[in-house]
Amino acid sequence: MLECDALEKQLCDVNQKRREQRVKFMVLAVASVCVFLLIWQLIVISGVVNVRNLPSPAQIFKAFITKLTSKSPDGNTLGMNILASLQVSLTGFFAALIIGVPLGLLMGWFEPVDRFVRPIFELIRPIPPIAWIPVVVIFMGIGIQAKATIIFLAVFVSCVINAYTGIRMTDKTLINVAKTFGAGNVETFFKIGIPSAMPMVFAGIRVSLGSAWSTLVAAEMLAAHAGLGYMLQTGRNVGKAEIVVLAMVTIAALGAVMSGLLTLIERRVLKWKMTR
Amino acid sequence: MGKDASAVKVDVRNLTKCFGDLRVLDNLSFQIQKGEFVCVVGPTGCGKTTFLNCLTRIYEPTEGNLYIDGEPTDPKKHSLARVFQEPSAIPWLSVRDNLEFGLKIKRYPTAEIQKRVEMIIELMGLKDMQKKYPKELSVSALQRVIIGRAFAMQPDLLLMDEPYGQMDIKMRFYLEDEVLRLWRELQSTVVFITHNIEEAVYLAERVLILTNKPASIKEEVYIDLPHPRDVTQHRFIEYRNYITDKIKWWE
Repeated sequence: MLECDALEKQLCDVNQKRREQRVKFMVLAVASVCVFLLIWQLIVISGVVNVRNLPSPAQIFKAFITKLTSKSPDGNTLGMNILASLQVSLTGFFAALIIGVPLGLLMGWFEPVDRFVRPIFELIRPIPPIAWIPVVVIFMGIGIQAKATIIFLAVFVSCVINAYTGIRMTDKTLINVAKTFGAGNVETFFKIGIPSAMPMVFAGIRVSLGSAWSTLVAAEMLAAHAGLGYMLQTGRNVGKAEIVVLAMVTIAALGAVMSGLLTLIERRVLKWKMTR
Repeated sequence: MGKDASAVKVDVRNLTKCFGDLRVLDNLSFQIQKGEFVCVVGPTGCGKTTFLNCLTRIYEPTEGNLYIDGEPTDPKKHSLARVFQEPSAIPWLSVRDNLEFGLKIKRYPTAEIQKRVEMIIELMGLKDMQKKYPKELSVSALQRVIIGRAFAMQPDLLLMDEPYGQMDIKMRFYLEDEVLRLWRELQSTVVFITHNIEEAVYLAERVLILTNKPASIKEEVYIDLPHPRDVTQHRFIEYRNYITDKIKWWE
């Protein structure tokens, strides 16, 4: 038992060191962003690149303040564009999550479901999400439904694949533990299969989040009257580089915020994996 | 020894298991008394784990059958527990939840689950780590959780598949004594598979020696020594040497 206490103490020391390291890494991350912005500002000030092509961070910040209230040049304030983009991306994203993850889990665990769904899935899988845009626009127009459907198609595939792979990788020994205790196949699916697939499911969601944003911008650039992709396209058409870069920065910031939220949820759900 | 011969807990009759043309188990028949501690030894790869997989119905026997209390073995009906060779603590469950896992599957009343888990936590010295996850535990603590989870079931039959194969000698001795203590206190029926003959003689009331593949029972040896056993004692060494001689299938 004494040996165990010593081990516990060792574990505490390791945890303390990890916490200190985490703070150090956070400082480094903030520093890297600051250095990046500083270099960017210096490049623009020194005149290495034309201000018309690359606005400085300060100009972008100024454009950001203006765009909070101004509807020029795309007819929407920044807030309206963010809201439009979020509405579309989150609708498509969550719809794909709600349908794709359970479908992948069921396909991975129950052979008949796999046999039934796989042929259709394999046909849809290779089609790039943006290839759906013309078809979707013809059938659904350019409203939120159409764009959400394109996002759905982009996110759905990686959700299904990751959930499927995750549950297929379930440790056989853990399945046998449940079965030895008398669990049936359905109970084992819920008690062992699903929790064991969660790390892969979250990896899939993270990848999906990236594809949701990239597809959203592509969809809005082709067919929209509001949204960050639309704002970017309009900025380009009227030759306002600061609007283009502001749209890009906003997309990056929103992506980072959503990724951060996902990390928080992941830490809670996969606490057992994160704890050391 | 000293068991009531009429209290047969496990009855294995003509058990045969084939995988295609490969016959792994060949017509095994034996009985285990209630509360008995049986060790199964045999050459590496002779089919010891397959034998356990048949007992727990992970594999269906090709021929023959296994009975617990006179009824064909069924994990849904009978209370079985197994300690696997591989790490088998469920990583997303805390120590306490791991201990409760089998009991919840068996749908025991909450009060009964709590009572049993408290007892195991006390017996195994897991009080301070009951909220921790397996990843946070040392190897020995983890193995105690797995053994505790199995004993919490107060199983009709507890199967242990080389549970200490990966451990150093000090930890092995410590956990062997833990198992003996739990076996005595909870009066479980245990089948313990090992390739370590000294371990088998140290633990078992009876040792079943299996032949090389296809495995059948070569001999049963009753270890007529009181617990705790002394590995340096003359008769202990005699038993160990006798079983070692019997296991040499190449001679």
